[in-house]
Amino acid sequence: MKVVIIDKGQWAEDLEGLKKSYQLFGPVGEKDYTVFKTLEKGMLPDFSTLNTRLSPKSIVFPQSEDILEFSLDETREDHHIMKEVKKDHPSRAVFGIRPCDAKSISLVKLNFDTAEYKDPYWLSAYEATTFVGLACDNPASTCFCTTAGCGPYHEEGLDVLLTDEGDHFVAKALTDKGETLIKTAGWATETEDTFKLKKKTAESKITSAVETGNLENLEILDLHGATFWDDISFACLNCGTCTYVCPTCWCFDIQDEVHGKSGKRMRNWDSCMFPLFTIHTTGHNPRGTKMQRVRQRFMHKLKYFLDKYNQGIMCVGCGRCVRQCPVNIDIRRVCNLMNSYKPEDACAAQE
Amino acid sequence: MQNPYLPYPVRVDDIEVATEDKSLKTFKFVFLNDGDEKKFAYKAGQFAELSIPGVGEIPIGIASSPVEKGFVMFTVFRAGVVTTHLHNMKTGNIMGIRGPLGNWYPWDMLEGKNILIVGGGFAFTTLRSSIVYMLDPANRSKFGNIDVVYGARTPGMLLYKDELIEWEKRDDINMHLTIDAPAEGWNYNVGFTPPITEEKAPKGDENTYAIVCGPPIMIKFTLPVLEKLGYSNDHIIMSLENRMKCGFGMCGRCGIGKELVCKDGPVFTLDQVNQTPKEY
Ligand SMILES: Cc1cc2nc3c(=O)[nH]c(=O)nc-3n(C[C@H](O)[C@H](O)[C@H](O)COP(=O)(O)OP(=O)(O)OC[C@H]3O[C@@H](n4cnc5c(N)ncnc54)[C@H](O)[C@@H]3O)c2cc1C
Ligand code: SF4
Ligand code: SF4
Ligand code: FES
Repeated sequence: MKVVIIDKGQWAEDLEGLKKSYQLFGPVGEKDYTVFKTLEKGMLPDFSTLNTRLSPKSIVFPQSEDILEFSLDETREDHHIMKEVKKDHPSRAVFGIRPCDAKSISLVKLNFDTAEYKDPYWLSAYEATTFVGLACDNPASTCFCTTAGCGPYHEEGLDVLLTDEGDHFVAKALTDKGETLIKTAGWATETEDTFKLKKKTAESKITSAVETGNLENLEILDLHGATFWDDISFACLNCGTCTYVCPTCWCFDIQDEVHGKSGKRMRNWDSCMFPLFTIHTTGHNPRGTKMQRVRQRFMHKLKYFLDKYNQGIMCVGCGRCVRQCPVNIDIRRVCNLMNSYKPEDACAAQE
Repeated sequence: MQNPYLPYPVRVDDIEVATEDKSLKTFKFVFLNDGDEKKFAYKAGQFAELSIPGVGEIPIGIASSPVEKGFVMFTVFRAGVVTTHLHNMKTGNIMGIRGPLGNWYPWDMLEGKNILIVGGGFAFTTLRSSIVYMLDPANRSKFGNIDVVYGARTPGMLLYKDELIEWEKRDDINMHLTIDAPAEGWNYNVGFTPPITEEKAPKGDENTYAIVCGPPIMIKFTLPVLEKLGYSNDHIIMSLENRMKCGFGMCGRCGIGKELVCKDGPVFTLDQVNQTPKEY
């Protein structure tokens, strides 16, 4: 695949040109934070932030999305008949998605794109999008991607990978979609593939790690019954920040909204941290305590997902939940506790 | 591929009060569009999302049987928002049905076997579907003995009473109906479901499977009875319930460990249930 040079002097002009063929998204400063947004005319992506506060998952999985619509007006022939809200996504491209976030989208795809059922909304947004990643030469202290199945130059889920070379970017096409974007942008000056060397350097800067090697050997019920969950969950506020900012969390709710005689059915992000997520109408709640909900989050990410798909853990090591949890609950510690858990010890302790 | 969120439009064709306390109603729906009934092809044990535009959706077991054509039937307990709206519906109203969803009782495996059905309260819906399926002339010879233990508080709380009485009269199905306390005109068993099961149900063996549905308290006391009768955990089949939204394994809410009740279930053997965290 092609490796080309993008002169930063031309960057603004080239992106403006691309906007004729693509709806562009990129990180943009907003108040004190950086968020992924549509790049309107004249707007450039801001590559200075390593990890945006919210992950870019909303580009393919909006926080709130209309899925069906209907009319309750009984004078209409089609009243009370639900119809699909059609999504005609134009070609879109995300600039500056980090490799961990791109990998997370390929993990989430396992949920929305299955043999029996396909989520048409997620998939149409996904298929319309070209992912242009930006490699991380200066990872943060909370990044543990290299032990979470990806890395600062990881290519999975990306169509193009960019690396910053000071006065220019080098762009490597990784898929046909990526080739098309590079061609459309007019980036034609080919250069050598220097990614290998830079990748090594970047990876060596990652100091934070999780241990996952033993997770697959442990039994679900042993881990579920482990003695450390009360301790881990003790300080949790069940605020849901961790699931909200996480690129790999996908749980959602479905709700109807009516205005006058017309209505729509929407799906909204939800969180396993909330008691309402699982409460039955009878009042019985299978995960009624905070400990049960915290356990669910970590067990899903670090054990159930791994057992179900055999594609590693459902965490890409972006560090968002670690940085933003108000009470410093740290998935790295939990992962290591789980990985090194010895069910024999629990039995001994009980005796 | 079909949009799994999009319900088939249906018309409410018939509504019947199902129990004397009026807390349950049985609904028959007819598909509005030609061809949808065929696409909705289901097996006994599956469920569907009943979808009221503007109100919401609820997972309900399919009470009609695959051998009954021209309609689909559900029996619904009035519990909260959506079920109350449903109870207030009139025949002729238009709404939606999404499905069929979930797995079903393992009919292929059950062929040639004796079947014991134990049901309690209003959890008799997919059991009715199963019995009607097995008793169909085209299917009856595929199964050995069929025993049914079904209990309710009073005679008036038994679902599908006319059919139960019909089945009582047949000699190719052994009915063991029971109510909690004696009542006038009641000629069948009296007592809770678990002791009646212990008394009347056939012994468990390699060729006999039990399908059990009921309120948690009934399940709790019935399982030890089945064990005593010699049913092994992989010969006891149950149907679980959890709060649901999507019904096809994507929204993440109904999980018990790595299994999703909506997609990997709702039907599990006791053996399988014992290998998952008790989060239902
Ligand atoms: C596989 C399956 C089969 C079922 N079969 C039957 C049946 O045949 N007859 C019957 O009367 N009931 C059945 N139920 C229970 C029925 O789904 C709930 O009583 C119903 O969802 C309550 O909805 P509501 O809107 O009235 O209550 P609310 O408390 O107002 O519920 C709001 C929403 O929460 C969700 N919810 C709440 N409780 C449950 C629950 N226990 N299970 C699933 N979702 C829930 C639903 O999305 C519901 O719309 C079944 C449940 C499952 C999972
Ligand atoms: S961010 Fe921290 S406090 Fe909030 S729900 Fe997650 S783990 Fe609990
Ligand atoms: S669990 Fe935390 S570190 Fe892992 S992907 Fe989610 S937000 Fe990032
Ligand atoms: S109801 Fe959505 S995953 Fe089961």
